Parts: sequence; structure tokens; C-alpha cells
Amino acid sequence: MDSTDLAAVWLTLKLATVVTLLLLVVGTPIAWWLARTRSVFKGVVGAVVALPLVLPPTVIGFYLLVVMGPNGPVGQLTQSLGLGLLPFTFPGLVIASVFYSLPFVVQPIQNAFEAIGERPLEVAATLRASPWDAFWSVAVPLAKPGFLSGAILGFAHTVGEFGIVLMIGGNIPEKTRVVSVQIYDHVEALEYTQAHWLAGGMVLFSFVVLLALYTSNPARRKTT
Amino acid sequence: MSQGVRAKLRIERSDFSLDVDLNLPGRGVTALFGHSGSGKTTCLRAMAGLERAPGGYFAVGDEVWQDEARGLFLPPHQRALGVVFQEASLFPHLSVRGNMEFGQKRGATVAFGASLPEMANMLGIGHLLDRSPNQLSGGERQRVAIARALLAAPKILLMDEPLAALDLKRKQEILPYLERLHRDLAIPVVYVSHAPDEVARLADHLVLLDEGRVVASGALNDVLSRIDLPAAFADDAGVVIEATVAAHEADGLTRLEFPGGSIYVTRCQEPVGSWLRCRIHARDVSLALVPQVQTSILNCVSAIVVDLAPTDTPGHVLVRLDVAGEPLLARITQRSANKLDIRPGLALRAQIKAVALLA
Repeated sequence: MDSTDLAAVWLTLKLATVVTLLLLVVGTPIAWWLARTRSVFKGVVGAVVALPLVLPPTVIGFYLLVVMGPNGPVGQLTQSLGLGLLPFTFPGLVIASVFYSLPFVVQPIQNAFEAIGERPLEVAATLRASPWDAFWSVAVPLAKPGFLSGAILGFAHTVGEFGIVLMIGGNIPEKTRVVSVQIYDHVEALEYTQAHWLAGGMVLFSFVVLLALYTSNPARRKTT
Repeated sequence: MSQGVRAKLRIERSDFSLDVDLNLPGRGVTALFGHSGSGKTTCLRAMAGLERAPGGYFAVGDEVWQDEARGLFLPPHQRALGVVFQEASLFPHLSVRGNMEFGQKRGATVAFGASLPEMANMLGIGHLLDRSPNQLSGGERQRVAIARALLAAPKILLMDEPLAALDLKRKQEILPYLERLHRDLAIPVVYVSHAPDEVARLADHLVLLDEGRVVASGALNDVLSRIDLPAAFADDAGVVIEATVAAHEADGLTRLEFPGGSIYVTRCQEPVGSWLRCRIHARDVSLALVPQVQTSILNCVSAIVVDLAPTDTPGHVLVRLDVAGEPLLARITQRSANKLDIRPGLALRAQIKAVALLA
């Protein structure tokens, strides 16, 4: 592996870490709302969150490109704020990845919140815990397996993305060139040995992640 | 009466409605008794604020927690109450101690009577403090839940069939602790149950609920000895007698004394002088106009007929008796009532065939 390969690996890990942390912050309230709401919009929001599961990444990438581009609403906002444009930058890649990996984080957390049920929160309320207090002291600890699954899946899925990176990030070394793009470059250049190192590494990484997920996640505990 | 509990709660649903207006004593155990679907759990949840009763009113002593006429509704976490649910619902991510501290940390602004170790000892869970809830038996879990609720320094304790999920053995294990709470607690306890034996054993005050309405509310024996209640409650008709253990006799019997006289029961464990409750079913009481000598029935007391009323079973009547101020019910046939000319004011002998000790 040469220095561009290592740079791509480093960039990929940085991207996945930032995206995972952001997804936990953004995804948790969405998961909580989806798990507890009786609103008629539950179906709509749930479907929107799940869209990246079925849409080709190029479609999401295309629309994000349009929205964040010079004539898009987000693009005009970032320009007027003096931030420039997001496409083909690391922050732009982060935002795109957050959309793309959202369902992988929201759904496990939502399932975990739903599995808790009403009772532990009612008990917490009768023991003087405010809803905010009960969320942190009861719901989050009880949903820990869901957070773990969500974080692992979100991280792994971000590491594995390709299409959306090409659309939004392009192929700028140390800025937007992640491992999956680097492999593509190697294959294009017929550098199969380098491609093998990175591709094999990805296979191993994905296997280890999934192994960790399937073996460490204990059967969901019920309130006793 | 600022010391009591006042509840005016109405909930309308498509398939069910609750409409109660209760004045409950500020001390002792009030049982909310009724068949499933009678609204007793909904009533308890409305008291806790877990269900909102529009237009409702709920106050414990001087503290008004809900007065919708003034736009007041405190959510559960702002009410100084303790709730024990049917399943103990302990937090699995906390130890027994962590569970008990959960409410104590948040609730007790003023020092409450018992510290955590004292409460643990009172409920016999002192040796379990460092365990995880899933290492406990059902009875132990429920005792932890009770301790947890009490450590939050509640002004009222609400218990929703706390024994219903336990088998008989676990029930027997936990009942003495409940009796102890009954004696020691200075706060009112509302105890939802559909088990007549639990009610007879623990309650001081009884509220009968049927289809979301209060059928009767009053002191335990006043309600139990009413003969005008709907058929649903008449099957198990009977009264509770509080007696002291007078003597353990040589022939294997124990003599109990109560204001109406003595009764003999199969030898019990309680020491002489201790106090216990027993239940006498109306179906186990027969009547005779003159003292019977040639009979195997041991327990006979003098009684005066107060009133009689037909039961749901055709041909049977319930007779309410006064035994030196204590009520007693007898269930006899209409034919016998006619033959003996049973009427209010008649003095006779009540023969008690069976006495159920509630200890």
C-alpha cells in the first residue's frame, strides 16, 4: 500500500466516525419520535427515513448535488453565509453520508425503543423522573443494544459507500477520495495488487464488524 | 376532611366508561375490588395521573394534584405517590440497590421515615441489594418494587394487583410484609384486587366497582355485610371478623375471642394474645331458633336478625345478623326462612360451620 492508499483509509475512517457520531445525534430523536408517536405522519417520516434503503445512491447523490449546488437552496444559503459550496468537500461528503446511512442507525434504535414499551417509563414517572430524566436514565440504557447495532451498522455502511461519494465528493485525494473510490481507481489502472490489498481489507473489516454485531448483541432484555 | 383522599374521576372511551366519586380515609388500606373490566385499574391509573380524566379532581390530604376546573393537572412525576404494578417492573439495567435509590434520589425532599437499609430489612430484601433484578424470584422482585415505591417518600401508595402475577407460594411469602405495611404505614394505600381473600386480609375500607361505577364504598365489614349488593358480589358473601387468640387447647383446637363470643378453629400457629382476621362465608352459617345440643357444629353464637334479602340463586335469601355489634351474614333457603319465620328483630342462634383464618 502506498501513501495514497493510506490516506484513503484514514479519510474513510474519519468520515465514518464523524458520520456515525452525527447520526447518533440526529437519529436518536427521530427514532424516539417514530417509536412513540401516534401521529398520522409517522408513516410518512418512516418512509422518508427508509428511502436510502431502496434508492440507488446515485439518485440521492444527484439530488443532493442539485440542492447543495450553486443554484440550489442549500448552496445559496452556504454561499451567503460565506461557507462556499458543499459539493466536492469533506463536509459535503459528511452531509450526504448522513442521509445515506440514516435508516441503518434509526431503525435499530427505533426497534430498541419500541421493545422497551410504556411500562418502564411509567414506573420512572411514578418515581419522580421527568420525561427528559426518564429518557436518559431509563430509555437510553435499556436501548443500549439498539444504539450499539445502529452505530456499528451506520459506521460500516458509511465505510462501504461508493456511488454517493462519486456524485457528491468526486475523487480529490485526502479530501473526498475514500477507500471504495481508491479501489475503483486501482482497478481502472489495472493495479490489481493494490486493489486486492484494499478490497481484501474491506472484506475482512466487514466480516469482523458483522461478526461482532451478531455475537456480541445479547438477546434483548425484557423489564423484569 | 383534609386528611383524606378525594377522587372525582371520569373517563369516557368507546367501549368503557369510568365514573367515580370517592372519599377515602387518609390512613389504612382501601381495596378497590371488582371483576376484570370493572375499571379498577383505570381508576388507579387516573389517580396516578397516568391516564388523564378530563374534568377530574384528585387530592391527597392538602395536596391537590388534579383540579381541571382550575386547569390543574400535575403529571405523574410531579405527584408524591408510589405505584406498585402487577409485574414488579424493576429496571433491569440497575441493581436492586440502584432500583431502590432511583426514586429516593428524586423524591425525598424531606427525610422520610425509613432509610434504604431499614426499608430493605422491613421487606426482607437486605441480602439482595447488590443483585440484578433478573436474579430474583417473583416475590422478591415485588418486595423490591414496594420498597422502591416507598423510598420515594410518597403521600399515597397505589398498588395494582401486586400479587396477581405470583403463584400461591410467593403470595404467602409476600402477604406478611403487606400486613406489616398495613400496620406501620401512616399513608393511605389504595389496593386494587379481584381476590376476595386478599381484600379480607388487608383492607380496612372497601370500594366495590362494577362497570366503572362505584357500587358500594365504606368500612370493610359495613360493605361486606350489605345484603342489597348486585348478584355479582353475592356469591362470595361473607364477613371478616377480627379476633384475638385466647387459648390453644389440648384437643387440637384454638379458641378465638371476638366481641360476639368465642369460636373454635383448627389449631393455628399464632401465639396466644395475637390478633388475626378470619372470614366467615354466609353459606357456612345456618340458623336455629333454640340452642342446639345434639349437633356436631361447635361454633354457635347468639344473634339478632337485622334484615333479609333475596339472592341471585332462586329460593335462597341472605340474612344479616347482629352479633353483639358485629355483623354476620347467613345464606339460607327461602323455605327455611319461612318455616322459622325469620324477621328483623328475631333473636336466634347462628351456627358457624367453617371459619377461614386469614393468616
